[in-house]
Amino acid sequence: MAEARPRTGVEGKGAAANRPLSPHLQIYKPVVNMVMSILHRITGAALYFGSLLLVWWLVAAAVGPAYFDYVNGLFATLCGKLLLVGYTWTLIHHALGGVRHFVWDTGRGFDLETVDRMSWLTLLGSALITAVIWIYVIGQRGGF
Amino acid sequence: MSLRTPLKHVRRHGSARDGTDHFWKQRLTGLANLVLSVFLVIFLIRHAGADHAALKESLRHPAVALPLVLLVISGTVHMRLGMQTIIEDYVHGESSKIVLLLLNTFFSVLVGATGVLAVLKLGFGA
Repeated sequence: MAEARPRTGVEGKGAAANRPLSPHLQIYKPVVNMVMSILHRITGAALYFGSLLLVWWLVAAAVGPAYFDYVNGLFATLCGKLLLVGYTWTLIHHALGGVRHFVWDTGRGFDLETVDRMSWLTLLGSALITAVIWIYVIGQRGGF
Repeated sequence: MSLRTPLKHVRRHGSARDGTDHFWKQRLTGLANLVLSVFLVIFLIRHAGADHAALKESLRHPAVALPLVLLVISGTVHMRLGMQTIIEDYVHGESSKIVLLLLNTFFSVLVGATGVLAVLKLGFGA
């Protein structure tokens, strides 16, 4: 009876076949704290690669005026500016998500009402701060 | 004869043997990033569309170059820890996980060192 032999578990790709899986994302109705948790990870991963933008800009400045102007010109295109607006929101959202985690680290704010309120505040706050920053920049520069 | 029990070897250290080190560094760099990002955003707003000479002039001041260097270091340490968690959560093959963890460290160190070098070069007057 070959089937009766216990499966060797973790090794071997076929080992996981036919096992029941615990419910995952697609089972649950999205609620705000869950969406903010997922967004915290997604924005973190985006900032991981977004660090290249900041370092590229700094390197361009270190290389010299000609290359710096070229890179600045790319950031000044519509695509570049939209990317920077997205980058701003991503950074602010992840930062506010971090603040939410700091609150939780102190052992506070675990009741569902507070969790939901902090989650909404993260989203509204990041949108608001991003808007304020870009309205200020547009005002300073006299256009987008 | 020691009266100590083997408990001292496991307490607070977990299976990775570094205890709360990862958690703590993530929070520490997170706090630093929070403060330094405020500086970065103000710095970038003030230099939106600035020419090369103006940027060079600001970066020559240590009060500008230093927070930027600190942000690049703290930021890349933080992002390395964060990506490590993502890899450990989603990549289950042992060899691909190790390769990705190595790449994660190399990428973060490379980005960090390049950023620091660029700021220092400007700070010392490239």
